[in-house]
Amino acid sequence: MREATVRRADLRFRLGLNLRSVVGRAYPRVIGANREPSWLIFEVFLPLLGIAAYVFIYQAFYQAQAAAICPSPCTPTPAQLLALHQAGQNLNALVATVVLGGTMVAFWLNVLWSMASQLYWEKEIGNLQLYMMAPMNRMALLGGMAIGGMFMTSVRALSTLVAGIVVFGVIFSVANPFLLLAVFFVTLIALYGMGMMFASLYLLWGREAWNLSALMEEPIFFSSGMYFPAGGLFSIPTWGPAVAIAGSIVPATFGLDALRQLTLPGTAPLPLLPPVTELEILLVLAVVFLVLARYTLAYLETLAKREGKLTSRHQ
Amino acid sequence: MSTFWRTFKVAAWLGWEMDSNWTEPWLFIIYSIVKPIAAVFILVLMYVVFAAIGNVRPQPLFDFMYVGNAFFIFVGSTLFGTFQVIQSDREWYQTIRYVYISPISFYVYVMGRAVSKIIVASFAVVITLAFGAFVLNPPVPITISWSAVPVFIVSFILGLFCLLAIGITLGGATFLMARHTQTIAEAVPGIFYVFCGVLFPLSVLPGGLSDVGKVIPLTYWFDLSRRLLLPSAELQGIQTGLGGFSDLTILAFLAISSVAFFGLSIAVFKAGEYLARKAGKIDMTTSY
Repeated sequence: MREATVRRADLRFRLGLNLRSVVGRAYPRVIGANREPSWLIFEVFLPLLGIAAYVFIYQAFYQAQAAAICPSPCTPTPAQLLALHQAGQNLNALVATVVLGGTMVAFWLNVLWSMASQLYWEKEIGNLQLYMMAPMNRMALLGGMAIGGMFMTSVRALSTLVAGIVVFGVIFSVANPFLLLAVFFVTLIALYGMGMMFASLYLLWGREAWNLSALMEEPIFFSSGMYFPAGGLFSIPTWGPAVAIAGSIVPATFGLDALRQLTLPGTAPLPLLPPVTELEILLVLAVVFLVLARYTLAYLETLAKREGKLTSRHQ
Repeated sequence: MSTFWRTFKVAAWLGWEMDSNWTEPWLFIIYSIVKPIAAVFILVLMYVVFAAIGNVRPQPLFDFMYVGNAFFIFVGSTLFGTFQVIQSDREWYQTIRYVYISPISFYVYVMGRAVSKIIVASFAVVITLAFGAFVLNPPVPITISWSAVPVFIVSFILGLFCLLAIGITLGGATFLMARHTQTIAEAVPGIFYVFCGVLFPLSVLPGGLSDVGKVIPLTYWFDLSRRLLLPSAELQGIQTGLGGFSDLTILAFLAISSVAFFGLSIAVFKAGEYLARKAGKIDMTTSY
């Protein structure tokens, strides 16, 4: 065997090559973002406004409820005080629901636009053919994109969380930090695994897949309960449970529900399942999506090559 | 003038083709409607959840929110339709240099490109309002008197004109920006979502933040649209902060601020264009 063939078959060499690819692809996301500081405004400050709007909706509802409990001018009786206290607790839980949803929205948008549709972007600007010629595994490329994306998005997610606590006065109480971390990271792995799977679609399709990504914003925010507890869907007896079950394919649904239960112990409104069960489901989803990503990537790459669409731009 | 009109027509046709020719028309229509309807359902579920755990149903507030949200569909579509033009032509299709050097008004071209999105958004708004009036239970009491129709039409035209002007103002800024279309699309409507009393009365905003909304013309558009489409009894208990003004006064505010934003859009667009040319950024591509 030739020396080059022997090297390619060497596990250590392949591992090193793919790890370098992961670092190489994550690097421009971390460093590139820092070279363009305007992203901080768009990624950190402005999205907070959208979240604030949902918080103010709950506050408007609360004000109407408070006015109903104790009409102005209000001199509350003990019973009214109790009712107002309960309403205040519910408000905190719902605002916390929105804030946690806002952090998950950041990751979901990153999965859609900087993960799934990234290969379309690479195709458009002519990088995809270079990636295809490089000797690394395609999963290493996507893995690097995912890690870089997670870093970028974590800044936005963290700022959302801090704003939730500082600006909106949300009170979180973490009873089991290890379970919380486990749920968070497994959710991210499952989400980005799903993003890798979607990314493979872009090898074959162009704007069809791009529009599919666009279509997976509001409908997924809705079915995954980003701004309300997903358990609320079961309050609508006709179609609600079907939407909730369909929405639970997206790992954000169970991940978010578990995070809400773990940060609002006892007060998280309308939970779906116990957090440990949700973690188990998320683990299964993570494995399934990563395996599917590997196979769909290989299959669609072959198909795209066969149909001559791998590097065709503006489809 | 005929060059402007021809540019506008061709740009509108191009925008329509770019938006819709990736699929069959019926699928495109469904696609265009599903997104805003899902956004409406988020609000419906927020209300359902609040009602379920709070044992209270603030129905007038929900109706207020529902109509505001329906009209907000125009905001996202029109703004995205205008300010994404420069970035998509520059970064995705890399055709901006050819369009830019052609003997047309680039400002009119950008405006024309947004038209298809406004048409599709109109369908979505009508469907959303019809859904609220005929499918939701209890229904949103949407109704308009014949005498209010002329005011509604004028405010509708002014509202869209104002949105286009804001979109082009942002477009002027994107001459100098890296590819942030998607994040701008999500973030900028967020400003209007919060400060224009779309989903909640301005009085909910803390401190003097409600005053911010009063300098944004869209606040008047949303308020007037709600006044004309919902029974006045429905809005009586809701403190919008604009209750002291008559419908015609609100319309006058909208007209004046729309003209002001039109002037601002020309100034920002020209400034962005000038600075981008100076910095050699008209046809730059960014990637990371």
